[in-house]
Amino acid sequence: MSPPAAESYLTDGRTVWSWLTTHDHKRIGVMFLGLTLFFFLVGGVFALALRIELLTPGRTLMGHLAYNRMFTLHGVTMVWLFMIPAIPSAFGNFLVPLMIGARDVAFPRLNLASVYLYVLGASVALWGMFEGGADTGWTFYTPYSTTTGTAVLPVLMGVFIIGFSTILTGLNFIATVHTLRAPGLTWMKLPLFVWAIYGTSIIQVLATPVLGMVLLLVALERVVGAGIFDPARGGDPLLFQHLFWFYSHPAVYIMVLPSMGVISEAVCAFSRKNAFSYRMIVYSTLGIAFVGFFTWGHHMFASGQSTFGSGAFGAMSMLVAIFTAIKIFSWLGTLYRGSIALESPLLYTLGFMFFLFFGGMIGVAYSTTSLNLHWHDTYSVVAHFHFIMVGATVMAFLAALHYWFPKMSGRCFPAKLANGAAVLIIFGFIATFVPQFLLGNLGMPRRYADYPPHFQSLHVASTAGASLLAFGFLAIAGYLAWSLRYGAVAGANPWGSEGFEWRSASPPPTHNFSTPPEYPTGPHEYASEEVPHAA
Amino acid sequence: MNELLRRLFFLPEQGSTFAVKVDHLHYVLLLTTLAVGAGIGAVGLVFLVRYRRRTASDPTPRVLAPTWLEALFIGVPLSLFLLWFVLGFKQFVWVMSPPQDALDVYVTGKQWMWKFTYPGGPSAIDTLVVPAGRPVRLLLTSRDVIHSFYVPDFRMKRDAIPGRYTDLWFEAPKPGRHQVLCAEYCGLDHSQMRGEVVVLPHSDFEAWQDAQRRNLPVAAEPMAVRGERIAAAQGCLQCHTVTGAPHIGPTWLGLYGRQEPLEGGGAVLADEAYLTESMMDPLAKVVAGYAPVMPGYHGRLSAEDSGALVEFIKSLRPTRPGVTAAEEPVYVPTGR
Repeated sequence: MSPPAAESYLTDGRTVWSWLTTHDHKRIGVMFLGLTLFFFLVGGVFALALRIELLTPGRTLMGHLAYNRMFTLHGVTMVWLFMIPAIPSAFGNFLVPLMIGARDVAFPRLNLASVYLYVLGASVALWGMFEGGADTGWTFYTPYSTTTGTAVLPVLMGVFIIGFSTILTGLNFIATVHTLRAPGLTWMKLPLFVWAIYGTSIIQVLATPVLGMVLLLVALERVVGAGIFDPARGGDPLLFQHLFWFYSHPAVYIMVLPSMGVISEAVCAFSRKNAFSYRMIVYSTLGIAFVGFFTWGHHMFASGQSTFGSGAFGAMSMLVAIFTAIKIFSWLGTLYRGSIALESPLLYTLGFMFFLFFGGMIGVAYSTTSLNLHWHDTYSVVAHFHFIMVGATVMAFLAALHYWFPKMSGRCFPAKLANGAAVLIIFGFIATFVPQFLLGNLGMPRRYADYPPHFQSLHVASTAGASLLAFGFLAIAGYLAWSLRYGAVAGANPWGSEGFEWRSASPPPTHNFSTPPEYPTGPHEYASEEVPHAA
Repeated sequence: MNELLRRLFFLPEQGSTFAVKVDHLHYVLLLTTLAVGAGIGAVGLVFLVRYRRRTASDPTPRVLAPTWLEALFIGVPLSLFLLWFVLGFKQFVWVMSPPQDALDVYVTGKQWMWKFTYPGGPSAIDTLVVPAGRPVRLLLTSRDVIHSFYVPDFRMKRDAIPGRYTDLWFEAPKPGRHQVLCAEYCGLDHSQMRGEVVVLPHSDFEAWQDAQRRNLPVAAEPMAVRGERIAAAQGCLQCHTVTGAPHIGPTWLGLYGRQEPLEGGGAVLADEAYLTESMMDPLAKVVAGYAPVMPGYHGRLSAEDSGALVEFIKSLRPTRPGVTAAEEPVYVPTGR
């Protein structure tokens, strides 16, 4: 319906330079999407190498040092170069202004700077990888990280720089949502994805500086022997863990909250229903952003922190699960009496809900202090956080990629292929990570380059699942690349969605709207007043 | 039933009294999760089939969750989680409070091995021999980086941290062998840092200890004796007396297990953790009435040496009927 005169953001300036100097939030979002996809590939290749090494006990593919470096780089790449920026920086940048009827984010230049900071940080970290890489694990626990001879410093510094990119992005979203909402778009009319990005941004702005600080302290300790974490100088090795998890536990919600926003959008769009409990989803988003800061001690039940402290952290951690349960019930309720279309984004959404449920419930099991003593630092934990990070965040990322692909590119993708790939990914995921839960129950510790032989059969199952996952991702990359060029032209709103972002053309023009959008109703409203309640 | 569920969930053998207790909670949580998950899956599946899209423009009603339903969604999981929390925390407190009659063994983690030292003398690498049916308390520390002492069969792990003691206790009811793993990433050969707990019947354990003492006369020097030697060599006794007389520092006589008032208020129980902290970081908690003048000994005392000093201090108790030397220490549970 949009006038043909408006040029799409993709065709407004076709030179590389016009992309590198753009202030357009959509181009910045697309650049982030490309970058994060690249690092997802890098991290995925590391993951496959790790799985192959673990196929048999003893040496399969690489020695212990190579293995230790590889799982460190897998973690660093996936956490900081993929998970944390993937949905907020890529989809958030693209969609938030479109959803709130703004022409751009509040600080477009700062937004561009966050891309450059990300690239700079990623380059420094990559340089560290070529220097041999760190072998500390992505958690950099002292005193190991301050004493090992590997290239810890460049990796630390890379992550430190990327932290600024995260902070700037979060700051930008907070300012944007506060100041640039279109007239009539009140807080309680904000799309749930915008709420999710807003909650995420609060965590990013409050928690990331702590990460920056603690990484600097480790660097100081390594370079000049500052003695902050070294008991020989009156320091405390556990202080590092407190500071690190004060950032890194909320960081889990930097990864999960945006994906919950994606799911809230997709559930409404593909069941053509209003959100079953909009208020509860909003409050639980803010609740997770708040309570997430009081749970870090659940990483340290076995460390020798006080017994009472462990109990308090355990109880607080369970509150996060309550907030998550509210969301799951609300999504399920949204399907009730809907008109459900099993398109690929909804398939990922269903996978997401199931994996989030199991991952979250196992999280509750770990917060139960006595049970944690067995599971802590085993493969069970590996499976748990992969359920949350792959089962939830990657599923949501794929749902977002498919749901908004027509919006971003103006093209459709082959639906049957996409559905097939989604089923493959979901089964591959189950086959990869369910055996890891059982491995953890059996007592297999994390970060083992080698293992006693009685763990082998489950490792074989897990590696087989990982190869299914790899095929699934390859298929997606194949047909999406094909669709960019040869896919059917999408039109403004191919899904028939009531999401606010679909009110502009696909792909949107440079300044988003040819006419200013109006917001007479709340988000995700499909039923007009006339529709009878009894179907 | 226990055996069936244990195999179903791939949990290893139940090698300790704690494992038997905690596994029941394992089953409750996992079974509830599976049941609720199946319920949610079934509801979702019914919705998918019943409400599948038939035409491109099916009308849908506007449905909002009634408040009572929202309250139910919050209340049911909340009460379930609180119940689990209470049950779990009771077990946690139990397993964090060693009983008074436990046998103490000092454990030192080091890249990449476990060293076990018995207060009475013998020590061993990677093999911990304990008697069946008697509580054993492990006093853990590390020579280099953080390790974690993990026995899957005991359902228990605890970090070993340089410069301080943490503890862990268990009671293995039956003779047998249990694998020890390191659960905290500690560098190159982290995955090879394995050991074994060998549980012997009580009489066999006594015989083993006697044999150890006979065969290894040098290593069999009791830790308390060694501690006395180290105290003299390190100059500890220039400030601390063993006679009860206060000097530059508090006397060591009867120090162990005493509540010490602290400079600036509060008090601290002088247990292994506090004694070690005071050697490594003396100014952290200074006993009231003493000047903060003691130098730190981290790096100057090995883990074995600090353990030996603790044992020496433990052996210095005012003569009381019925209490003898440090062979089988009696101590106040830390109550943490």
